[in-house]
Amino acid sequence: MRFLFKTSYAQELGLFRDNVQRNWYVALFAALLVLPRVVPDYVGDISLVFIYGLCGLSLMVLAGYTGLVSLGHAAFLGVGAYAHVYFVHDLGLPWIVSAALACVLTAAAGVLVGLPALRMTGVYLTIATLAFALIIQEVFSRWDRVTGGLKGKPVDKPVLFGVSFAHDVAFYFLCLAFLIGALWLTANLLKAPTGRAWVAIRDSEIAAQSMGVNLALYKTMAFAYSAALMGLAGALFAHKIGFLAPDIFSVLLSIQLLLMVVVGGLGSLHGAVYGAVFVAILPVLISQARDSVPAWQGLDRFVKQPGLEPGLFGLILVLFILFEPLGIYGRWLKIKIYFSLFPLYKRATFRRQKTYMRSERLR
Amino acid sequence: MSLLTAEDLAINFGGISALAGVSFAVEPGQVLTIIGPNGAGKTTIFNLLSRIYEPTRGRLVFCGEDVTSVPAHEIARRGIARTFQNIELFQHASVLQNLLLGRHAHKRSRFFEELLFLPRVRALELQHREAVETVIDFLDLQPYRDSLIVNLPYGVRKVVEMARALCTQPKLLLLDEPSSGLSVEETEDMAFWIQDIRTLLGITVLMVEHDMTLVSAVSDRVVALNYGRVIASGTAREVQAHPDVVKAYLGGDA
Repeated sequence: MRFLFKTSYAQELGLFRDNVQRNWYVALFAALLVLPRVVPDYVGDISLVFIYGLCGLSLMVLAGYTGLVSLGHAAFLGVGAYAHVYFVHDLGLPWIVSAALACVLTAAAGVLVGLPALRMTGVYLTIATLAFALIIQEVFSRWDRVTGGLKGKPVDKPVLFGVSFAHDVAFYFLCLAFLIGALWLTANLLKAPTGRAWVAIRDSEIAAQSMGVNLALYKTMAFAYSAALMGLAGALFAHKIGFLAPDIFSVLLSIQLLLMVVVGGLGSLHGAVYGAVFVAILPVLISQARDSVPAWQGLDRFVKQPGLEPGLFGLILVLFILFEPLGIYGRWLKIKIYFSLFPLYKRATFRRQKTYMRSERLR
Repeated sequence: MSLLTAEDLAINFGGISALAGVSFAVEPGQVLTIIGPNGAGKTTIFNLLSRIYEPTRGRLVFCGEDVTSVPAHEIARRGIARTFQNIELFQHASVLQNLLLGRHAHKRSRFFEELLFLPRVRALELQHREAVETVIDFLDLQPYRDSLIVNLPYGVRKVVEMARALCTQPKLLLLDEPSSGLSVEETEDMAFWIQDIRTLLGITVLMVEHDMTLVSAVSDRVVALNYGRVIASGTAREVQAHPDVVKAYLGGDA
């Protein structure tokens, strides 16, 4: 069994736990570099996983770390996508400037949603964000001059500093770079006072406040940062799908994004990425499963009806919350612990217990 | 000059008057204990001090400044830290992370510096870490540094919560029933720690407590409350013998 030998405080401030962990990440990075050569047919799909990863990261900051569950994140993705495309195509701004502006704009939208959200908690906040998403979707379809309305808006391939990223492999590396950058920035934040304050708000607002955390400020910051990440994801997403239409940024997409962080595992950056992989693979699995449904009593026609996905997404969400609240990442931890403690693993390690101590909590 | 004075504090919840004009003063370097039967308004005083409740009437003066209407998050920066009756720790974080949050009042890094984790942030983090380690040493929490709160026994959680409050380097420490739920041995440890906090760290302590052994052992002064009013104050012995206090706890016509 490995154990951590800490000899200085600085060791705790590193990005990686120890050299072994760092080497694994270097290996993963190397694998991602050669991946386009190994599976050239799937490069496009994998870049979508990276973009979903950015989305997952965004929602992870808000829902997983600050404890504010949003059902309106598809709207932020849309704002980022439309803003970026408008800046690049209609105003002719350079790509980087336009993407940065899109981030700033979505961050501002995040603050706008965050401000009334300060007075709401739990499910009420979620409903408010849902309402926001519906309003924004309506704006997308009505504001013809900027968004192209219901006709939609075609998107060209990205060109950065005169270099075209039209090729799938180039775009793959662009998305990978942004995902790694975003992961790095977020990991930095999370080990700094701001990240700690977010986690504190999630676990006990009252204690956070009495330790000097300005609840309004930090919740707004979480909203703004999360929205900015979503804006960046939106910019890349626009290029990825090549055509923007209002019905893309529906409530269903918001649910899918939430599914991503819950399935991946709330409260871990790993979870955001695992969730992204899961959500990207899910439609493929569903369509394959559909083809193999037998024609008994018209069952095959029943499952081939459109609109079955939302139900399935919801079902998966419920099953995960019931049986594996820590998500895929939690399952991974359990497997790791099983092997490192072998043969002494006991199920009770992760048994959920009822606690009765929190009955008189302050609100 | 008193470190903290409460002048004529009153608060009503609907028609119920939880506090009806309470005045007391905490002298620097003192341990002042508030006792009283359930519902006397002890915790309400703490919640007024940490600005969770808005007083209907009265004033709180801390270090010569009126703190009756400063924002709640500002209280920690002024030098008042507290623990909670039912433990309000960050359950899914490690002891170390909990204690580091206690340093939040001393945060000096800005958002964009933290985003890039600039050398300045690193240096500040190391300072925080060192400050936390002195508290860990003080309260003997070394074995629990990396444990998650959810995995810790109740007694240890109580100590961790006190440690978190100490990490803010307060002038005044508010302890809400530090011995509730603790075993006899743990309560004894708590008594020693409260004494050490006062004599070694020079921190003034205001606490709410029911365990009269602990109260008599560490308190310099005791204030007894009943139905939102002060009914007696003085040394632990004086207050315990006061006829109104006996009546409040045991009933009777005295």
